[in-house]
Amino acid sequence: MAELLRTHPLEAWAAAFERLPDTVGIAAEPYVAMVDVRLAPVGAESSAALGVDLPTAPNTWVPAGTGRVVWLGPDEWLLTSTTEAPEELEARVRTAVLPLGGSATDVSAQRIGLRLTGARVRDVLAKGCSIDLHPRVFGRGSSAQTALGQAGVVLLALSDSGDDVVVLVRSSFAGYLADWLLDAALEFTHDS
Amino acid sequence: MQLIACPWCGPREEVEFSYGGQAHVPYPDSPAELSDEEWAHYVFFRDNTKGRFAERWNHNAGCRRWFNAIRDTTTYRFESVYRLDDPKPVTP
Ligand SMILES: [Zn+2]
Repeated sequence: MAELLRTHPLEAWAAAFERLPDTVGIAAEPYVAMVDVRLAPVGAESSAALGVDLPTAPNTWVPAGTGRVVWLGPDEWLLTSTTEAPEELEARVRTAVLPLGGSATDVSAQRIGLRLTGARVRDVLAKGCSIDLHPRVFGRGSSAQTALGQAGVVLLALSDSGDDVVVLVRSSFAGYLADWLLDAALEFTHDS
Repeated sequence: MQLIACPWCGPREEVEFSYGGQAHVPYPDSPAELSDEEWAHYVFFRDNTKGRFAERWNHNAGCRRWFNAIRDTTTYRFESVYRLDDPKPVTP
């Protein structure tokens, strides 16, 4: 079989990201394996099978090893892993949830992550995102599926001070969103 | 822009949602026994209420779940939202 060429959709933006000051840092996250889990109900059984409590509060995420579990709906989660290959993660999670009537589907190729860091992160996001990102309501562990500019995204708050956010975006929208973010960050690039 | 309160995600901008028509239209018990006219009524005919109307909405930019809402068709004001398994609220 031919060797598939793996390139990151945001390779061409790396140099532009590197030029940004620390107040509006943007970095493409490395590829991680992602699985979409559908399961209901959840409880002690699913926690034991998966080794993590699936968060049932809307708009939240929890760490799972070095990966994450993101609430996507009342019976849907996004599980990520930095240590397993996509097919390994899918097989492990499927084995865990299938006996409970759930399903697991590899969606690793669907989204990529952008990590936004710095004191101006909220100002940049606020230019194209209508939800309240103040750390009082969007502290560490919060998540949101919403729109940023014209792209559908999942936002994950990594800090309690609003200066560290991961944006998950569909790979085909990544270039658009990178351009949008660079434009939104432009006015803050001479802060320091 | 007006905010719509998704029963799961909370208040979000209206553009995150799509409209799904009248709520609480029951699927016929025996569709095969319906006449063409009766089937057409089930598929196409809807109330055209002036005032409070029970509607289906989908939060398609967020959790992608369907839910129901009572909306006043004269003011566009959302009076309440409720999950599909909740009973229809009593509206005056
Ligand atoms: Zn929602």
